[in-house]
Amino acid sequence: MDFMQKSVAPSVETPLLSVQGLTKRYGARIGCADIGFDLFPGEVLGIVGESGSGKSTLLSCLAGHLAPDEGQVIFDTASGPRDTVTMPEAERRRMARTDWAYVHQNPRDGLRMGVSAGGNVGERLMAIGARHYGEIRETAVDWLGRVEIAADRIDDRPRAFSGGMQQRLQIARNLVTGPRLVFMDEPTGGLDVSVQARLLDLLRGLVREMGLSAIIVTHDLAVVRLLADRLMVMKGGYVVEQGLTDQVLDDPQHAYTQLLVSSVLQV
Amino acid sequence: MTDQSYNFAYLDEQTKRMIRRAILKGVAVPGYQVPFASREMPMPYGWGTGGVQVTAACLTPDDTLKVIDQGADDTTNAVSIRKFFQRTAGVAVTEATTEATIIQTRHRIPETALTAGQILVYQVPIPEPLRFLEPRETETRKMHELEEYGLMHVKLYEDIARHGTIATAYDYPVRVEGRYVMDPSPIPKFDNPKLSDSPALQLFGAGREQRIYALPPFTHVVSLDFDDHPFVASKAPHDCDLCGAGESYLDEVITDDQGGRMFVCSDTDFCRSRVAAGHSGRLGAGGK
Repeated sequence: MDFMQKSVAPSVETPLLSVQGLTKRYGARIGCADIGFDLFPGEVLGIVGESGSGKSTLLSCLAGHLAPDEGQVIFDTASGPRDTVTMPEAERRRMARTDWAYVHQNPRDGLRMGVSAGGNVGERLMAIGARHYGEIRETAVDWLGRVEIAADRIDDRPRAFSGGMQQRLQIARNLVTGPRLVFMDEPTGGLDVSVQARLLDLLRGLVREMGLSAIIVTHDLAVVRLLADRLMVMKGGYVVEQGLTDQVLDDPQHAYTQLLVSSVLQV
Repeated sequence: MTDQSYNFAYLDEQTKRMIRRAILKGVAVPGYQVPFASREMPMPYGWGTGGVQVTAACLTPDDTLKVIDQGADDTTNAVSIRKFFQRTAGVAVTEATTEATIIQTRHRIPETALTAGQILVYQVPIPEPLRFLEPRETETRKMHELEEYGLMHVKLYEDIARHGTIATAYDYPVRVEGRYVMDPSPIPKFDNPKLSDSPALQLFGAGREQRIYALPPFTHVVSLDFDDHPFVASKAPHDCDLCGAGESYLDEVITDDQGGRMFVCSDTDFCRSRVAAGHSGRLGAGGK
């Protein structure tokens, strides 16, 4: 289908997402403060930090789920760079259905549990105007295959799926419209390690194959080591260290990063 | 004879004014659900409290009222509402579609084409077409506001995936003038084409959910569908056993426990006037 094949000329000069001075307060407390970074096309950015460090708040602000108090989130849209914080809600939500994808930690938040797997994958297609049942179904079968779900499960509801399958279904549902930027909130949380490994392998393949940019929030350093090109370490709402993933993990400079790296349990 | 202890048509004038304002807004924005302060009516929710309030706000002493329940004029709901307005408003009542100026209906549109000047009032149980897919009212309002109607097709997709065809047979979602997706109340989808470009004013009242919406005359209404699974206005593949009509919506009536059954027009007025005009079906007076 034609909306699947929109190819975006990779412009290395303009960042896909440019964040400046992003601040979100919850009353007197800060959620995240003075965050700034550039994300270039095809790049995967990891955000790590302990619980309460503001990483989920930051992701919600970036994805438009929360309105930040200050700062700009400039996304390189088809019609040039635009500040997503000040753009009309209708446009922001349209972008959330087409150019963006959001993978929730709990697949129940990202899936419609009462709707079949095929319907879940097809929803975004129908939301942007697909009105041909046969084509929608074909695309759904194709995507279920890509995330390693057997085609004969297409009419089963997600309730009948295992946790790992639900998470893979959620990924298929999000990537079906060919987004350019994927937000992931703890995509492997709550899965056992062997399922995690398969999911990570799948994600890495999809991200490379589709040339996606992604922002991955996690507290699992192994996940970012595997997926992320660059890493931001957050603590107390601030970014305390950022750099290339290997550099940050192998040679942590900030005391908190050192603590984080040394806290990983070795088998 | 009007019961003098009630104001004309039961509701007080301020309430009728409030409802008329909601109706006017609904007419101005076809398909948009206007909230209104629904009153307690002397009948249970689900018996047409919304429709009754809309009818009460529209009635004048010169009106002729017809009440339909599932197409019939003589079933409980129709009889009780007709009596209610006879007692509280003293208006003339009729069973003939052509003589009525206001028709309150539950689950059917009359077979006889409506004309300019008539008002058709629907009783609506659940006005929100997206409700069973999206339980949050804040979210469905936002979806109407931003015209995000992809979810409605997910419902139809699920139908086809499960049954091989769009199995929704009543309450079939429609799009009004290319803008609002609207729940046409639980009329059979056979009646959906009659919603579009009707010369009559169509008003929808949901009492429990406190919503009023409207289709002004000659509003374009399209039933949602897929390119490869188009909308079909379905009915039982039979003729009426009493009047022989082949184009009217039929009720199936079980007549014994030996598998005997008959199909009759659900619109009793339509059937009766055809029989009076000499038409006859398989079991009709002339066909035996």
